This record gives sequence, structure tokens and C-alpha cells, in this order.
Amino acid sequence: MFESLSLLTLQQYWWFILSLLGGLFTFMMFIQGGQTLLNTLAKTETEKNIIIASLGRKWELTFTNLVLFGGIIFAAFPLLYSVSFGGAYYVWMAILFCFVIQAISYEYRKKANNFLGQKTYETFLFINGSLGVILLGVAIATFFTGANFVKTDTNLSSWTNHTYGLEAVLNPFNVLFGFVVFFLARSQASLYFINNISEESIVQRARKQLRIDAVIFTLLFLVLTGMLLMMSGVEYHKEMFSMVKYKFLNNLIETPLILVVLLVGVASVLYAFVIAIRKNATNGIWFSGVGTVLTVLALFSLLGYNHTAIYPSLADINSSLTIENGSGSHYTLTAMSYVSLFVPFVLGYIYLVWKSMDKEKITSGEIESDNHHY
Amino acid sequence: MENIALIDWSRAQFALTAIYHWFFVPLTLGLSFIVAIMESIYVKTGNVVWKEITKFWMTLFAINFAIGLATGIIMEFEFGTNWSNYSWIVGDIFGAPLAIEGIMAFFMESTFFAVMFFGWDKVSKEMHLFSTWLVAIGSNLSALWILVANGWMQNPIGMVFNPDTARFEMNSFFDVLFNPNAYSKFLHTIGSGYVMGSLFVVGISAWYLLKNKDVVKAKKSIVVGATFGLITSIFLIFTGDESAHEVALNQPSKLAAMEGLYDGHRDVGIVAIGMLNPEKQIGDKKEPFVFEITVPHALSLLGFHDTDAYVPGINQLIYGDPKEGIEPASDKIEKGKIAISALKEYKEAKKADDNATAQKSLVEFRANEKYFGYGYLKDAKDIIPPVALTFYSFHLMVGLGTWFLALFFFVLYFAMVGKLDKQKLILRLAVLSIPLGYLAGEMGWIVAEVGRQPWAIFEMLPVGMATSQLSVIAVQTTFWLFAVTFTALLIAEIKIMITQIKNGMEEH
Repeated sequence: MFESLSLLTLQQYWWFILSLLGGLFTFMMFIQGGQTLLNTLAKTETEKNIIIASLGRKWELTFTNLVLFGGIIFAAFPLLYSVSFGGAYYVWMAILFCFVIQAISYEYRKKANNFLGQKTYETFLFINGSLGVILLGVAIATFFTGANFVKTDTNLSSWTNHTYGLEAVLNPFNVLFGFVVFFLARSQASLYFINNISEESIVQRARKQLRIDAVIFTLLFLVLTGMLLMMSGVEYHKEMFSMVKYKFLNNLIETPLILVVLLVGVASVLYAFVIAIRKNATNGIWFSGVGTVLTVLALFSLLGYNHTAIYPSLADINSSLTIENGSGSHYTLTAMSYVSLFVPFVLGYIYLVWKSMDKEKITSGEIESDNHHY
Repeated sequence: MENIALIDWSRAQFALTAIYHWFFVPLTLGLSFIVAIMESIYVKTGNVVWKEITKFWMTLFAINFAIGLATGIIMEFEFGTNWSNYSWIVGDIFGAPLAIEGIMAFFMESTFFAVMFFGWDKVSKEMHLFSTWLVAIGSNLSALWILVANGWMQNPIGMVFNPDTARFEMNSFFDVLFNPNAYSKFLHTIGSGYVMGSLFVVGISAWYLLKNKDVVKAKKSIVVGATFGLITSIFLIFTGDESAHEVALNQPSKLAAMEGLYDGHRDVGIVAIGMLNPEKQIGDKKEPFVFEITVPHALSLLGFHDTDAYVPGINQLIYGDPKEGIEPASDKIEKGKIAISALKEYKEAKKADDNATAQKSLVEFRANEKYFGYGYLKDAKDIIPPVALTFYSFHLMVGLGTWFLALFFFVLYFAMVGKLDKQKLILRLAVLSIPLGYLAGEMGWIVAEVGRQPWAIFEMLPVGMATSQLSVIAVQTTFWLFAVTFTALLIAEIKIMITQIKNGMEEH
């Protein structure tokens, strides 16, 4: 089935899968957003435990999503993996550190004799939800803005500066991207709590908090979109690379499908905010989730298709990476494509399991009676 | 140009991460099955004591599982951050198993883990048991894909070098997937995890018996642990034999280091116990051992299934042995340099649209392609991994594995005849064997990975060519950051674990 597809089609297919996964990951980052709201939404220890329980039963899915996101880049676009991770070293290492300290915090936070104390583990969760998310946004934004690397004829890369990714946090677009993801994560966390928790005091505070975070997110997102559409991008034809003004705006105009996906995605997220704030709806998270996936899918599509470099080199434009020069071979992409057929099955069992686990909202009674809770 | 300090710090960081990760993974692999067996007994008998036992061990499992995840995420990304050349040169093959692991195993683990821990009152008994089994299967499936990737590093097959992209590309997924080296490693690795899980259950239960605490539950646990341990120890011996056989076939330099074998010949014995001569250098005439006790014929027999089989030693691998058809390493290095130079000429000719030169260079490259990796080595002696570390790690691992088999046998025997609580010595040894299990597992990985040196991909890509072009200070910074972080988390884990154990088996 996949064997007969051209290499370019397979490259486009895998960029689509990566974009979809990026969208799901961004959606699932409501876990991280929720971690930054722990002390804002919870006023008692029981309320804190409820929020931790609500997040703690799903945090591993986000974590797994990140691992898979890395794995897919490695397998499908190994040159992107090699250049970005090996070059923007400090940023990626800082991100990993933020996820390492998250992984033990839910389990160890309330355990007796936990060495570092409950506050430290809660701080770890906050760092993961704030610094981790912002830096992830910064790292992903460099795919649009580029980095100072060169690659040889044998595709081995090196960076022309010695800041190894630290310079990325000085780029306003990258930083703005990081904060957009951060406030989206917080907004979605509030929507999630409204849906998942029955404790009225938490739900009320979540609605109040949503008003603040959603407004900040919307404003920042508008500025970011404006900057993106005004930005220059690297375009390629065969092995010729050139800098093109308004590259992403052109991509949007030339591919109306992406424009539609973007508009539906953004509208869906905004609709989620409106119904949760104005109509006290509890199902906003689903609209916001679908909207987030579509929006990220559209943004990644603007980056990866229409002869656009997925990682521009600021040091040597001809070293820029594209889905064509950075991908796996036809054979590997074909083999991986068969594996990708398992993805709907995986999503299916995740949905079914969580449907049965979430059929009742979390209550203080459940938390107080449960021996094994975080 | 090679930067030795950068290579060594990159190695050190990966070793640090791998060693820490392997503190936690074996217990996850083994304890997940033991917990699933215990819960199965509960579901079948309806006896709530078994539910309490299951919940107790499940609590310890969760404490360990979390830190396993924390150390695991670094490993995947380190291939990119610290080994970016590696990521490009072999990413087309190596990346696939890692991605498949994510799709097929991680999601299964993380989804059903939540049901296992929070679903007791939310799903049916049967669904809960099913979830517990799926966590065990998921964690073992995860190990499968990782070891398919690692097995390929030890025995690279199913690929071809593409001179246009300057990388290895997969040409047979099934060769990679069914690599005999991967399967022997996978089975041996999960076997070691099962034994570690058993040692953990037996050791902690023994502590309860020594303290006369939770005696009924401890006795039930110890029987499950020792039975599982005895069966899996036998499995471990068989898979270890198969693993060593694969090493003999594909990695002669590793085998020579494992056995401290300097001069190869036919009908070689195995050193059962020995002390290497610390003054021995490659190429000199000094005796390799201060003392050794050898089992005759055994290395030829186990390595090649023939008592008269020839086993090359370190000297033959470096200096060659024409009678046995072994080329000197220096010749391989020369041919490797020709391959590197031919590839360079090929790339330049292609760039200049000079097809005739490109074709000529390609023919020369293909003729020497097999030795491509050797071209990056400086000295023929570099092909031998550190002998002492590989030798002692291997022998310590084998010795400890044999002890674990005996321990499980005695524990189970005395448990069956109802005299276990009186066997204080056995119980104390069982407690002491918990850290020994960790030690044996780490030694196993040292044999596998130190024994692979100087190669990242055996005989294809030396470690020195695989690193990212970073500054040494950047790698040193992250090395210490993670060394401190992992150590702090390990202390936290041990303290929590000990407190939970001291609290007893009630109320988990």
C-alpha cells in the first residue's frame, strides 16, 4: 500500500503525522498548565489533593506524547533531530530537566520521608508547567525562525556560535511563542478542571482564572500570528534556497485548506472560552482540544509544506533543512507508515479507558477515602 | 577533528544516564509480572489477603516506576543532543524502533498504569486485572523495541550505506526486527529484570520474616517471588548462553575481553575464576593472569557449540592470523581510509557533475565499504575494549547469577517444608542479595556496552565519529546537573521505599 507512494508523498504524510502529534501534545499540555494553577485554584490541602489527583491520572500521557514526538522526529526526520537537538543543546537539556523533575513529583509529593519535602515537589511541578512549557515553545519556534548551523556535504552539522541554543531565548518571536503555549496550557487546564472536578469552589475559581488566561492567550496569539504572517521564510526549489518575504502569509494564501483548518481551529478554541465563561458550560475542553489540534496542525503545515524550510539556517541558507533533505529513506518511511496504522487503535483504547475512568467527576469524598492517591 | 575530552564526557553522560536508568527498569520489568500474578491469585481465589499483598507490592512498583520514567526520557533525547552525528548516520534505522516503542508500548503502559492504580473502584475486577497484565506486557514490549535498537548496534544488519546521503539506510525491517542478537539480548535482559523483581520480593519478604512482621503475607509473597525467581533464573542462564554465543559469532573483540583471552587457539577453556595481571599490556609477552581456574573446552563449546572451535584472542584480532583468515586490524584501517577518501571524491565529483569520476570513486568505495568505520581509528590496538572492566564485570555477573539460582532454590525448598522462618542465615542472605541483583544487572550492561567499544555501531561507526559538535563545558555542565539531580532522586526513592516497607504491608 505505502510502497507505491513517492518519497515526497511519504515525507508529506510523516510531516502530517508529526503535526498531528504536535497538536495532541499541545492539547495534553493542559496538565502542565494545571500544575501552574495548583496554588491559585486550591485553598485547602484537600482541594490541592483533588487537583493533583485530577492531573496525576493523566500526566503520563503527556509525558509519553513528548517521548513519541521525539521518536517520530528521530525516525522520520533524522536530520532535524540531529541538527536541532545536537545544536540547541542547552534549551533541549533544560526542557528535559523540567520533565525529569515532573516524572517523580506526583508519586513522591505526599509520600512519607520523601527527602525533599512536599513543597519542593510542588515547585518541581510548577517549574515543569512554566519553564518547561515556555522553553518547549521557544524550541519549536526556532523551526520557524532558524538557528546558526551549517552542515557538510555528508550532512554532519555544527553550530557557528557557542551559545548552543541559549540565543533562542533572545528572539522575541520565540519567546512570544513560548508564552502563547504557556497561556494556552493554563486556559485549557481551567477548562479541564471545570469538566473533571465536581468541587464547586475549584470550578468557580477555574472559571475566574480562565477569564484572565484566555484573554492574555488570545491577545498574545493575535500578535504572534501577525508576526508570523509578516515574517520572511526560507523557500527551496530542488537544492536552491532563497529568503522570501511574507513566506508564511504566501503559504496561507496559496493553500486555502490550511487557512480553513486554522480558522476552524482558532474559532473552536475561542468558542470553548466563550461557552465556559458566559454559559457556564463544562464541555469547553473538548472544543478547545479539537481547536488546539487543528491550529497546531495548520501552523506546522505552514512550516512544512509548499517548499518551505522546516529549519532555516541563519549561518548558511543552503544548509537549511526541509522535509525533503532531512527525512528518512523511502524504505524506512514506508515501514513506519504501516506502524502508523496502529495509531487509531491506540487512540481508541485511550478513549475507552478514560471514558470508564472519568465517568464520575472527582470529589473530595473520593480523595479522602482513597488509600492510593497522589 | 576528534576531541577526546568531548568524546569522553559525552560517553560519561550517557553512561551516567544509562546506569541510573538501569537501577529502576529491571524492577519495573520483573515486579510488574509478579504483581500481575498476585492479583490473578486474588481474582481467582477471592481472598482479600491477596488483594492487600498486591496493593503493597504495587505501591513499591509505582515509586520505582516514576523514577524509571524520569531517567528514561533523557536517554532517547541524548541520541540527538550528544550524539547528533550518530542520529544522522544511523537514524534511518535506529530511530524506527524508538518511535515504534512509543506507539506500541509506552501508551499501553501509561494508559493502563492509571487504571491499575486508580481504577480499583472504577472498573470491574477482571478489567483491573487485565490492565495490570497490560502494564506488565507494555513494559516488556518497550524493552523489546529498545533491545531491537541496541541489538542492531551490536550486530548491524538489514541496511546499506547510501553514499549520496552519507548514511546507513534500512533495507530490511524484518532483518532488523528479527536480528538474532536483539532477541538473545532481549530475552536475557528481561530475564535479568524478572530475577531482580524476584530478589526484591524475596528479600523484602525475608526482612519481614526476620522482624516477625506481616508474617502471613510475607510467606505468601516469598513463595510467589522465589518460584518466579527460580524459573526465571534458569531462563536467564539459557538466554545468557545464547547471548554469549551471539557475541562469539559477531563480536570477537568483546568475547576476547570478556575472557581476558590474549592468544587465541582451538579448544579454548573458560576462566571460571581469575585475576588479571595488571601489568599485562597488549603485544607484550607477560602472562595475562596472576592466577586462573579454567574449565577446559568450555569457551569453544559454549561460544561455537564445538569443543574444537577456534577462538581468536586479542593478539590475533590486532595483528591478524592468516591461518584462520583473520586480517590484521592495521590493514582494515588502511582500507577504511581508502573508503573514506573514495566517498569524499565521489561527493566532490557529483557536485561537479563529473559522472565518470563519481562512478570510479563509487566502485572503490564499495570495494572497501566494509572497513569504512575502521578508517576513523588511529591505532590497531583501539579495536580492543577495556579488558579489565569487561572481564571482571562479566565474571561478577555470572557468579552472582549462579548465586541467585541457589538462593531461590533454598528459599523455595524451606518454604515448602515449612521451615523458612527458622533459616535466619538464608533470610539474611536474601535481604543482602537485593543490592547484589542491582549490581549484577549493571555489570551485564557494562559487558554489553563497554565491550562494544570503540564502536557506537559495531565495526561500522566508531564512538569518536558519533558525537555532537559541542563544547566540553556544555557537556560537563549537563553531566553534573543530571548527576546531582539523579542522585537526589535516588536518595528520595530509597528513603520513600524504606519508609513504606517499614510501615508494613497494611493499608496500601
